Amino acid sequence: MRISRAIAIAVAALVVAGAGPAAAAAAAAAADSIDPDADFKAFRDYYTKRFPDVPLNDFVNGPYSMDAELRKQWEAIDDFPPYDFAIDRGKQMFATPFKNGKTYGDCFPEKGIGIRQNYPYFDDKSGEVITLELALNRCREANGEAPYSYVKDEMASLTAYMAFTSRGKPFDIKIPNDPRALEAYQKGAEYFYARRGQLNFSCASCHVQNPGNHIRTEVLAPALGIVAAMPIYRSEWNGMGTMSRRLVTCNSQVRGVPLEPQDELYRDVEYYLTYMSNGLPVSGPGARP
Amino acid sequence: MRTYLFAAAMCLLTGAAQAASTEADFKTALAAAEAAEQDAGALKNQWIPTEQALAAAKKAAAAGDFDAAVAQARQAEALAKASIAQAKEQQTAWKAGVIR
Repeated sequence: MRISRAIAIAVAALVVAGAGPAAAAAAAAAADSIDPDADFKAFRDYYTKRFPDVPLNDFVNGPYSMDAELRKQWEAIDDFPPYDFAIDRGKQMFATPFKNGKTYGDCFPEKGIGIRQNYPYFDDKSGEVITLELALNRCREANGEAPYSYVKDEMASLTAYMAFTSRGKPFDIKIPNDPRALEAYQKGAEYFYARRGQLNFSCASCHVQNPGNHIRTEVLAPALGIVAAMPIYRSEWNGMGTMSRRLVTCNSQVRGVPLEPQDELYRDVEYYLTYMSNGLPVSGPGARP
Repeated sequence: MRTYLFAAAMCLLTGAAQAASTEADFKTALAAAEAAEQDAGALKNQWIPTEQALAAAKKAAAAGDFDAAVAQARQAEALAKASIAQAKEQQTAWKAGVIR
């Protein structure tokens, strides 16, 4: 009996020893597999469990969902929103025909009204992620106009107007079952979580690990819903800025050389982050400190 | 006598170690730094301080201060190599931070 028990223990030990590497390999394989649905659920659960008092849709308000005092300041500022000028300018630009007589509306579904929640999307013809900013400049070029700077001014005004016409609509980003789309999504996730710059920070260092905490005088926003208010008026910038501007600034702040605005990796990370915000309402344009 | 010879030899050695850098030294150091920074660029992971050190090296060389130019170029090379190491490490390390 003792002998058989000893054998049983030895066999069990061998099984466990064998299962160790196997389990580790399975975990690694799971980490390597691309599963946007599972990522989405884990991402959503992380924030809702960490901030149980924040209503889900309030995450789109970024730092104001994390800090009551900051929220009061924002509500006071929002009586006279600093982005109003951008909306008005964007509306006028949107309606003004190009030299060939066509307008921005001719380049977009629904004439470009109320469609912000569908961007970025994966274009199966070109095999790349198309952001709203990229679509606007491609529209201009297709109609014989010079492209705008991606970071502010005209581009911020146009996207402010398009976001304004989409306010309240839930984000609805699709990741088609296309290896190229899944690869773009995964590259976006990698860019979001990879550390960079001399300060060795990732996007996640601030917006996953430390939302609600201060970095100098700023309250860090949660990554959940972080794209919803774009473009934004930032007091720090003393003006409007696009999603491109936000990414460029993030890289600079960690002492990394920014990529070119609308670089493939920037579009991929926007694709990843916006997918993570699916179901949350468009709130842009927004105002941030 | 032996003491004097030893002191003279030390003076020669110290003098040699502190010899002023030349333009050729600078060009060698700059080429190494720029090659490393180009590799960092291929990984899309250049650092701002690397660019600043490269600019400072070129500025010092233009002013004829090759000691400072070489020092800045070597600093740039070290920073570029650190950014390359970071990028290579993060090619797999990023997965550890993913929300699951």
